[in-house]
Amino acid sequence: MTEITHHLPDWLIRSYATGSLGHAFSLVVAAHVSQCDDCRARLEAEELAGGLVLESLGAVSASDDLRKRVFDGLDSDPPAAFTAAERSGIYPGAVVEAMGGAQPKWRALGGGIRQAILSEDRDGSARLLYIPPGMAVPDHGHNGLELTLVLQGSFSDETGRFGVGDVEVASDDLDHTPIAGMEDVCICLAATDAPLKFKSFLPRLLQPIFRI
Amino acid sequence: MPAPMAAGLASAGKRMDDRKTSAKSPETVCEQTEWLVAVRDRRDKKAFARLYDHFVPRLKGMLMRSGMPGAAAEDVVQDVMLTIWHKAHLYDESRARASAWIYRIARNRQIDVIRRRPRPVPDEMVAEAETRETPEADAVVGLEQEAMQLRQALETLPEAQRDIIERAYVGELTQAEIREATGLALGTIKSRIRLALEKLRHELKDLREE
Repeated sequence: MTEITHHLPDWLIRSYATGSLGHAFSLVVAAHVSQCDDCRARLEAEELAGGLVLESLGAVSASDDLRKRVFDGLDSDPPAAFTAAERSGIYPGAVVEAMGGAQPKWRALGGGIRQAILSEDRDGSARLLYIPPGMAVPDHGHNGLELTLVLQGSFSDETGRFGVGDVEVASDDLDHTPIAGMEDVCICLAATDAPLKFKSFLPRLLQPIFRI
Repeated sequence: MPAPMAAGLASAGKRMDDRKTSAKSPETVCEQTEWLVAVRDRRDKKAFARLYDHFVPRLKGMLMRSGMPGAAAEDVVQDVMLTIWHKAHLYDESRARASAWIYRIARNRQIDVIRRRPRPVPDEMVAEAETRETPEADAVVGLEQEAMQLRQALETLPEAQRDIIERAYVGELTQAEIREATGLALGTIKSRIRLALEKLRHELKDLREE
């Protein structure tokens, strides 16, 4: 595994730990932490602090019924929902879960580029991008924040090179043109908290249709 | 570290003695962690009952503060306690104190319920129970020492900063508020968290090399 050089900022890890991060960004955090020991340690340190705060809280009395339900449940089998999806190839378990299976449902976007939407809600959207070697992802800015995690291959833009496990955090002031590395198809997990503004790729009117 | 470790623990212990969670000496592990290890290794129901009595009222309080009605909070607490019991084999005391592990489980379950779909979680990185060796006592005690230092740092913060930190971890702050506070109030505990994570990094490296 090549060394990961682009990590998550503190506030993203903390927002994930405390549960305040939306689904799309949480997916990127979970997928990055799955392959980055540094950020896993940082997340576990945040949870250490969370545990200390939990222990310092005042007690709220719970019902006798709750106690009965819990102790009655000890000898039963755990519910199936407790089993998390497992990693499949380049896709961390959280991505497999979001894909609803082991393989993405790709849709062609033109120019050999494909995408698979994983989630969309009012907090943002997450999708996988498939970019053939040497292809440029069209020049685009964002309305909000965009996180891009490389799962296979690499891409480079004005800010540097991003290999497997690296995550790019692009705020709306970054107007960049990522180009996939020549070594392999670049597959990324990208999440935004607002729709992307493509400049030259597709007419703006088509954006709602293609959901990019 | 300028302040002697023992002095820090003693003063933290004095403040916290009503909770019985304070370190009795730098060589001990907190009793909640010991209970959880007993649940994991011996399926000890008495130890589980102690965990229940200690954590359930606090979990319910935390969930209600982050916006859940009492009955919904109890449903989540039920799932959290059953997850602790059924997933205890995944617990690693050299990487998490009991409260940290339980905090994570509670957040996971709460968000599953609120969003009606599974919260994205990192792939587990835990040695299987059959292959796991007894964790080095040093690692567990070291983590506990860092935790006590972190707790002391939290307790000695000015009231307003402490309040922001508590609200952040309880789940009362939005992503934007956390982003803003991370450079300010939350930044003040950063150095303590950094030390704790050096410890955790080391543990993860060991796990990779096994």
